[in-house]
Amino acid sequence: MNYSPDFSVVLDNWPVLARGLWVTIQIWLPSIALGLIGGFLISQARLSSRRWLSIPSLVYVELFRDTPVLIQLIWFFYAFPILIGVQLTPFTAALLGLTLNTTAYSAEIFRGGIKSIHRGQMEGAKAIGMTHAQAMRRVILPQVVKRMLPAFTNRMIEVAKMSSLASVISVHELMYQGRLLSSTYYRPFEILTAVAFIYFVLIYPGTFLAGRLEKRLARSS
Amino acid sequence: MDYSWDFGPVIARFDMLAIGFLNTIKIAIVSILLGVVVGLVLVLMRLSPRKWLSWPAAIFIEFYRNTPPIVHFFWFFYALPVLLSVSLDPYVAAVLALSTQSGAFYAEVFRGGIVSIERGQWEGARALGMTHAALMRRIIVPQAISRMVPPFIERSFELLKTTALASTLAYADLLYQAMMVNAETFRPLEVYTTIALMYLVLLVTASQLARLAEARLTAYQ
Amino acid sequence: MQKPILEIKGLHKRFGDHHVLRGIDFSVAAGERIAIIGGSGSGKSTFLRCMNFMETLSEGEIWLDGKRIGTERNGQVTYPERQLCAVRERVGMVFQQFNLFPHMTVLQNVMEGLVTVKGMAREQAREIALQELDKVGLSEKVDAWPGRLSGGQQQRVAIARALSMKPEILLFDEPTSSLDPELVGEVLRVINHLAEEGRTMLLVTHELGFAYHFATKVIFLADGVFHEVGTPDEVLKNPRQARTQEFLRRFGEFAF
Repeated sequence: MNYSPDFSVVLDNWPVLARGLWVTIQIWLPSIALGLIGGFLISQARLSSRRWLSIPSLVYVELFRDTPVLIQLIWFFYAFPILIGVQLTPFTAALLGLTLNTTAYSAEIFRGGIKSIHRGQMEGAKAIGMTHAQAMRRVILPQVVKRMLPAFTNRMIEVAKMSSLASVISVHELMYQGRLLSSTYYRPFEILTAVAFIYFVLIYPGTFLAGRLEKRLARSS
Repeated sequence: MDYSWDFGPVIARFDMLAIGFLNTIKIAIVSILLGVVVGLVLVLMRLSPRKWLSWPAAIFIEFYRNTPPIVHFFWFFYALPVLLSVSLDPYVAAVLALSTQSGAFYAEVFRGGIVSIERGQWEGARALGMTHAALMRRIIVPQAISRMVPPFIERSFELLKTTALASTLAYADLLYQAMMVNAETFRPLEVYTTIALMYLVLLVTASQLARLAEARLTAYQ
Repeated sequence: MQKPILEIKGLHKRFGDHHVLRGIDFSVAAGERIAIIGGSGSGKSTFLRCMNFMETLSEGEIWLDGKRIGTERNGQVTYPERQLCAVRERVGMVFQQFNLFPHMTVLQNVMEGLVTVKGMAREQAREIALQELDKVGLSEKVDAWPGRLSGGQQQRVAIARALSMKPEILLFDEPTSSLDPELVGEVLRVINHLAEEGRTMLLVTHELGFAYHFATKVIFLADGVFHEVGTPDEVLKNPRQARTQEFLRRFGEFAF
């Protein structure tokens, strides 16, 4: 091993990586936020007693959970535009793919959480005259959210990792910039290692937080 | 939506997709097996009372769990060869990325199973005069295994999906073969929809098989 | 006075800053039945658990058959695994929470020590296990999973498991404390039966009435030291120490 690493190439190109990181955050956070909303709606359909709601939502969830996310991104970028007759930018396709993916996973988190709340809670709320929506908002969800916090934090971590796949459909996020720099300067070791570190710094606090939340939850219950 | 679907060109090149399909299965199985070996080594190090063994293992595991898989693929394919001045072919680099990454997760799965066994079990075995090795082999590991099975299966399922990233290194897996077929037929909608369904079949079958295995392995509980 | 089987000299145990046992000297001779009583947090379970090295000693020596356990090197005492295993083979323990192995049947639980620790042939181990289970009245449950048994039955299996090793001393760590009241009797009857056989036993318990009839010697442990030691009559009926009297007053409802 007589290779001498030279990390100055990383420092010199710091603004490029920072721009990439900014794009990463721009796909990451919106797809989490939108995915959570979508996930809640789908979970309601999944739990519905109407089969025309519960079956399609089940199919949707399984489709997204049982195919690789990279295929989903590629499909939304290359295949979907043909279907709708409108070309999508890489960014839009990535955001769409990641949002729909997050929706599917969040739906399962919500569903598991809601089902884990004892039936007596819903009955108790209805017994004092609450509507289904009121019981959900005032009684069930506050309990679910607390219980599901570690799972949601884990999902955030997963989505942050998934966002790096957008580089494959040439979204100019962190991984894309890293690949570009490493082929431009032919310093793959330094640049890819630096990129890995940036991701680590971005993601590790989430893992740490999820672990803490899990421990606290285990203690309180 | 007046697009007229035509699967003819895809079906004509289905043999290419079949090769990709088999390669995907091959790389998944090889990586799971190697990943188990990596995971066992890591968990033994991680649980060791010697800090010079447990710390590197902990850092390795945390680093892998908190960085995106695509970074590992590129790192093994582009960065490692520079460091070692050897060249790795895509298959080897992809297997290295997949097995080290799943190894890091498996190590946590194994550790979780072992530490979840109640203290009373350790004490009950010790009080009988068992050596550490005997109590591990006879009492702790047999009980831990049944608790490890569900998260182990979940991780392997994730690995199976992650194999799609091997295509980014030009390994001839299902996604890569699809890109080749697409380049010849210019039918992205049909090609990518077809392979999405193939992944779906593969993953659903795998999860059904896993569920059967799980039911048998966790029978006594 | 008979020669002691087990001797403890100058035992101290600390958990971090918490000094639980503060200098204990103690010995057990063959045939003795010793009841250890005391309030919660008095260190009585910790004391018992030091005897088979379930807890590591902070200070002190344990001697078995006139030989000191542990290896001294450069002033540091280490406890090699094979020495500890040898002690535990001869000093059996029954836990508050039973600690049966849930992945083994009742019979397999009792055979486990014989096969794995003593290296006995399965056939022979099976025979011994069946005898021990018969003694505790569980012949009909040999093929059951521990999880299917009542607490009292589980504890009897745990006693059979300890007995199967033919221990010279048996340690009972609050064996009835996690049982429903109606199940306590069946376990105490088994322990009583062992007393009639003349076995050497140490019992940490809250069942003072049982301790009175069972023990040849009673120890009242408080603040990590032996506050009062004597016959059951001395300690439980006519305690000299104010601390013992107060403890007994609070448990005043038992009848001897």
